[in-house]
Amino acid sequence: MVKIALISCGTEYSGVQKEIEKAANTFGAEIILPEIDLDYINEAYEKFGFSAQSSSLKLMIARAMSIVEGKSKADAIFIATCFRCAEGALVRNVVRQFIQANTRIPVVTYSFTERTKADELFIRMEALTTVVARRSILAREKQEGLTVGIDSGSTTTKVVLMENNSVIGTGWTATKDIMGSVDTAAAEAFEGTGYTMDDVDGIGTTGYGRLTIGKNLKAELIQEELSVNAKGAVYLAGHQKGDATVLDIGGMDNKVITVNNGIPDNFTMGGICAGASGRFLDMTSRRLDVDISELGPLALKGDYKQAVLNSYCIVFGIQDLVTTLAAGGSKEDAAAAACHSVAEQVYEQQLQEIDIREPLIQVGGTSLISGLVQAVSDVLGGIEVIVPDYSQHIGAVGSALLVSGMGNRQDNK
Amino acid sequence: MVKVAIYPPNSLILADLIERKGHTALALQKEVRKKVVDPEIDSPPMNITEDDPIKGLKYAAIEVPSGVRGRMSIIGPMIDEAEAAIIVDDAPFGFGCVGCARTNELSTFLLRNRDIPSLELNYPSSRDETMDMVNKINDFLDSLKSLEGS
Repeated sequence: MVKIALISCGTEYSGVQKEIEKAANTFGAEIILPEIDLDYINEAYEKFGFSAQSSSLKLMIARAMSIVEGKSKADAIFIATCFRCAEGALVRNVVRQFIQANTRIPVVTYSFTERTKADELFIRMEALTTVVARRSILAREKQEGLTVGIDSGSTTTKVVLMENNSVIGTGWTATKDIMGSVDTAAAEAFEGTGYTMDDVDGIGTTGYGRLTIGKNLKAELIQEELSVNAKGAVYLAGHQKGDATVLDIGGMDNKVITVNNGIPDNFTMGGICAGASGRFLDMTSRRLDVDISELGPLALKGDYKQAVLNSYCIVFGIQDLVTTLAAGGSKEDAAAAACHSVAEQVYEQQLQEIDIREPLIQVGGTSLISGLVQAVSDVLGGIEVIVPDYSQHIGAVGSALLVSGMGNRQDNK
Repeated sequence: MVKVAIYPPNSLILADLIERKGHTALALQKEVRKKVVDPEIDSPPMNITEDDPIKGLKYAAIEVPSGVRGRMSIIGPMIDEAEAAIIVDDAPFGFGCVGCARTNELSTFLLRNRDIPSLELNYPSSRDETMDMVNKINDFLDSLKSLEGS
């Protein structure tokens, strides 16, 4: 059983301990609390050097130290502090950095409220357990045989057919009815390949609809998108060795994943905020009366500084956009401002929570918006941003890659 | 000449002791001066604008209040630049103060973890302790001479 160490300032006082344990148990993991004696708290705390006022934060620091020093054993670490506690947020971050600098144990951080429920934590717990328990699958570098990957996202459903390490068909459609959307995208992916779904060796599913689709199609691999996208990204970017950061600005949430030798070792996942997502750019393009595919090139021609636009909230963001255009602002400047605003917000809310390792591989449908890719690079001080081929199909490619070698549907016939 | 970070970062006494020994004190006042001699003061009195707390994100997460991040946007780069550090703990605000306990916690943590020569002292409570503190600081500053040119 995967042991996830809980390092927190007091989840038990917030009424969320049960939810955290429930989320871990759902994925075959158990929550453990690193045991330490009283004397060690002061010793570890002094050594660490952060003069926290709250003694629970001192305990949190000591628990982290005990793992780093090998006094406590854990396969993965879940660091949590109360939402809106400044000292908690500071300690959460420095403890995360400390663990990452000194161990290879996967870490995920979270700030909770009394309303935090287990299902909000599912994807994080699933990714943590995957990284630990399914390391061998994640180590796969080459796709073999004929496999299909299905990514059922909040906005679009993608299907990719791969054969002998190459993508031979892709399909993409707006997500409506879950299985109906899969059929539509699959028909597009199989078209002209001479194959049907009956010919494939394995099916891998990911995304919000993965469980439903996986059950319906009896998929060999049903996997959350953090590890699948990370794998797909480094595979397509030809960067399976060494460090990289994967950024996926999705339709509903955003993911940032750091990867070492193809295996994710840390990630952060944004909350559900439309202002920092692809949804905002979708609405912007509609308001500008351009196709979403034209938004990127349009933004590259504009200057974001010429338009006041702040997408902290999608409603205010669109209001700003309307005001800018009404005041005679150009479409180009408004498009550039929209891209910059999303990039800046993703940076503020997420990118600074993770130690960015170059190159940054940007994936997902929004990676096709060139203005957004440029804005991300600018916001990060001009770092190298790679957008690989099939970047919009990343989850489906990752699923098709990871399921290869697992499926034996043809033998079972 | 070694660049010495001080904490509290605006302690005139610490800055003076450092300058007297021929080193450079990384003092908050110098950084604030750069901001206020700007011909356009957008945000008086210190000209810390809404962009500064965003720059402070390098040091503290978005969930940390803007005042901490605004302070860190000035103090953080000084910590990064430091070649040595002197930290005085539990100093009264007349000795130097940034007015924020969370900034103190983060700044001293970052200084302690910079892997540079550092001297950490408690604020003195008697004349003897004061003399001792000044002597220790002077000895520390003298010892930094070996770093010069390295």
